[in-house]
Amino acid sequence: MNQSFFSRNRVPVLYAGMALLLVIVGVGQGWSVALSILNLCLISAIMALGVNMQWGYAGLFNVGVMGFAALGGLAAVLVSMPPVDEAQVAGGSGILIGMLILVATVFASTFVWRVFGKKKSTAYWMVFGVIAVGYALGRVFFLPSVDAIEAVNPSVSGYLGGLGLPILLAWPVGGLFAAGAAYVIGKVALGLRSDYLAIATLGISEIILYFIKNEEWLTRGVKNVNGLPRPVPYEVDLQQAAWFQQLAADWGMPVTEASSIFVKLCYAGLFIVVIALLMYLAETALKSPWGRMMRAIRDNETASAAMGKDVVKRHLIIFVIGSAVIGMAGAMLTTLDGQFTPVGYQPLRFTFLIWVMVIIGGSGNNWGAMLGGFFIWFFWIEAEPIGLWLIDALTSFMENDHPLRLHLMDSAAHMRLMTVGIVLLVALRYFPTGLIPEKTARKA
Amino acid sequence: MTDLLNALVLLGNFLVVPSLTYGSQLALGALGVTLVYGVLRFSNFAHGETMAFGTMFTIFGTWGLQSLGVSAGPLPTALLALPLGIAAAVALSVLLDKSVYKYHRERKASPVIFLIVSIGLMFFIGGLVRFIIGPGDQIFFDGTRFIISARDFKQATGLEEGLAIKMTQAVTIVTAVIVVAAMFWFLNKTRTGKSMRAFSDNENLALLSGINPDRVVLITWILVGTLATVAGTLYGLDKSFKPFSYMQLLLPIFASAIVGGVGNPLGAIAGGYVIAFSEIAVTFAYKKVVTYLSPESFEPESLVQLLGTDYKIAVSFIILVIVLIVRPTGIFSGKTL
Repeated sequence: MNQSFFSRNRVPVLYAGMALLLVIVGVGQGWSVALSILNLCLISAIMALGVNMQWGYAGLFNVGVMGFAALGGLAAVLVSMPPVDEAQVAGGSGILIGMLILVATVFASTFVWRVFGKKKSTAYWMVFGVIAVGYALGRVFFLPSVDAIEAVNPSVSGYLGGLGLPILLAWPVGGLFAAGAAYVIGKVALGLRSDYLAIATLGISEIILYFIKNEEWLTRGVKNVNGLPRPVPYEVDLQQAAWFQQLAADWGMPVTEASSIFVKLCYAGLFIVVIALLMYLAETALKSPWGRMMRAIRDNETASAAMGKDVVKRHLIIFVIGSAVIGMAGAMLTTLDGQFTPVGYQPLRFTFLIWVMVIIGGSGNNWGAMLGGFFIWFFWIEAEPIGLWLIDALTSFMENDHPLRLHLMDSAAHMRLMTVGIVLLVALRYFPTGLIPEKTARKA
Repeated sequence: MTDLLNALVLLGNFLVVPSLTYGSQLALGALGVTLVYGVLRFSNFAHGETMAFGTMFTIFGTWGLQSLGVSAGPLPTALLALPLGIAAAVALSVLLDKSVYKYHRERKASPVIFLIVSIGLMFFIGGLVRFIIGPGDQIFFDGTRFIISARDFKQATGLEEGLAIKMTQAVTIVTAVIVVAAMFWFLNKTRTGKSMRAFSDNENLALLSGINPDRVVLITWILVGTLATVAGTLYGLDKSFKPFSYMQLLLPIFASAIVGGVGNPLGAIAGGYVIAFSEIAVTFAYKKVVTYLSPESFEPESLVQLLGTDYKIAVSFIILVIVLIVRPTGIFSGKTL
């Protein structure tokens, strides 16, 4: 009886459990901490949804999650930061001409490719020539402008700045950026062997990260962009507003603490709106004939191709959509942080974490992927205190400065990744369907 | 004439010798990846960490030998400690195969599942390595530093530019040649090697003709562990041992394997050198070379560099993309061992 209750109400029970965990943290470590975790859980859940579209719906393996997320972060900077007029005067035109040459090169090479397409060997050399000329020409305009821009007040700006638009706009723009990168990668790697996509996405994410670290004229590189505008009120303003002081008194909290909680609640509200919208779209899509087609392609490509489905094209579309969702989540993450730190994107580690979320949660099931996002992020954050406590407890018989004990304490951070690796291996072996398995017509 | 010689020596010193060294390291790494692909049919993301694991034990062996006062004379002591590293990496590979991969193999899981499993193992081994030796840099090179130093070369030839050959570079190239030769002898001449190639070519036919699949898989992992340790140790001797940089090697290694044609050992070696040469050639600053070759008084203002050194990793990726577009099967097409 008990078991059937659980299996019938699996989704609400698991989500209630997750909520309970957050409440425990709220009571134990303070509501501000709990809300910070919740906000990042929400963003992780969106990324997990994006990966689930690619892996769960279509069986595409994307190792470049962090690259796409970084593109979203870049969008947040480019959309919301105020423009640096001086830098734009100094080098804006040069950069623009350089960009135009780049675009022209791309068009010229595709044109040449079409014209000489029949004789492959000539076409290769012609395209190579066009690219070489375009590259050399572009550099002539590009490099001096880059130097000029980076010379403008390097300690504060030294980059072009953004458009000065509201940061909420950056969320869809981040999605577009990621979609563009995904389109290029998908065009190259889809339709070939399945692991080529994995390797190609690994490569593109590494390059995106190197790009944003090194192109200071665009992103300030390792100097970071701080103080991104916010979509929600600032704590300082709240603390001075009369209505808020009243509210804080009603909550029975000091004003500073209440303001921090209020701001986090605002973020959580925004994120929940996005996630609800995405969830609605994703679920509707999955239940539609389109969703059935995608799963059919995933389960048997040959049969679907025989039924007249263009497998490569469908894969490309879902890959682009999934990456766009990841890019949007990346923009949201940067918005929440209020700063853009290129060094913070560790290509494989966090990608891997998102993957574990999807697989543990239940690949192919959106509710599962979302739950996985919550669950894994929660434990990723809480693993550090738990791990330290565990090591402390296990080595409590040793003296405080015993070398082994110190070594173990130092290594706690690495143990965290190792644990996630083991969790993934165990999950793939013993419960590959995840916490909330995919619903299939036959089982139901 | 001297200008031309100077330019050539300059290129030799900063382009050819380092590329040959780095290319040998990549080739050995790519050979391991290609073997796994040929026999077990998946891309092994854990290969970089396996390299780090084997190297770590080689380092322990080196420290042990050093404390005993054993040395290899002018050669690095690490070469004597290699067997220990190899044994450790082989033991790890075989153990992980029995405990993890075997289950999925028996269920005939798709290659993507294997790939995900290998990423899980990558983090497992990576965590293990960082746990045991720590994430920091370890320099374990000893012995003579240079075979020919730049100064000796200048004195001997009277040229302005010197050609220096480091001991690590010579050791890398010689070891790579020996290992690759042994490998090909094994694959082409021995019965076991032939059965491996047969298994890679056509699994069903191989099974039908009585080849024991478990044995083939076991031998593959032994070879992979050996290759990974040798490649990792040579890389560590040449640069330094840092777990993170072994993770970074993954992309160039995959690129080498794919460029050469995944599953083709000859291709893996060619791919390694192609990737290494282009990485270094594209990010090399040609300013001095141009100065030597052009008439007097002309000196280029910029560094004459195609791409900043920061973008080294992009080069292997761009080559990978070009190969995927132009010839997805790689230079030496086919998927045979």
